[in-house]
Amino acid sequence: MTPTPDAVELRVETDIVVCRQAVRRLTQTLHFSLVDQTRMITAASELARNTLVYGGGGEMRWAVVQRETRAGLRLDFEDHGAGIPDVALALTDGWTSGGGMGLGLSGSKRLVHDFAIHSVVGEGTCVTITRWA
Amino acid sequence: MTRIPILQMGDCLLVTIQVDLQDRAAVSLQDDLANKIESSGARSVLIDISALEIVDSFIGRMLAGISGVARVLDAATVVVGMQPAVAITLVELGLSLNGVRTALNVERGMRLLRLAAEERVHDPDA
Repeated sequence: MTPTPDAVELRVETDIVVCRQAVRRLTQTLHFSLVDQTRMITAASELARNTLVYGGGGEMRWAVVQRETRAGLRLDFEDHGAGIPDVALALTDGWTSGGGMGLGLSGSKRLVHDFAIHSVVGEGTCVTITRWA
Repeated sequence: MTRIPILQMGDCLLVTIQVDLQDRAAVSLQDDLANKIESSGARSVLIDISALEIVDSFIGRMLAGISGVARVLDAATVVVGMQPAVAITLVELGLSLNGVRTALNVERGMRLLRLAAEERVHDPDA
């Protein structure tokens, strides 16, 4: 699949840095406070690394969303990797299938307003986060 | 990949992280610092992260790793200059940076390292 202009490919490690820079630009455009910018960039960094390390690569897509008078930033992290057999377990603090600290999913969930995860074993995982300005 | 430079001042190693840290650069820094402590006999390490706009779990793990390795090599580490927004985010993320000594700025960090050195002089068992 060719990424649309509203997406960042996550294929190699340097793409995590590219992803963080893209999210910084987007949150600044939406006038997020500095702490909210930092929260969103940190969450994106965690999820981008997950996509790369556990999902075997994928992409981050973004969309500016509107709810009543509030604007928000929605990010999708999608991979076509092995999928997560037990999502509830994967969302537990400290649980990891790799060498990490197990804070990627559970930690990034705490940094955003809306968090959704859709995973099919053998097909891949998509994590969607939204933070409102 | 940009390697992070390590400066030496007396028996203190100084690291200032100025770039958006790539994972591999963080791992290299951990290795480079361990080697530099061994070759220089440094007793302390000061890491200035005031230019870092985020600290995620990977970078947090690297900071904890450096502190741990340095301690085993008989050097004290202090991380200084964390931005308030980074500190708030780090705690919400769930990272407590256990075992990592921090100070508000370089000056206070240096004072902390001096105190640690004095304690070592007065207590030969330390």
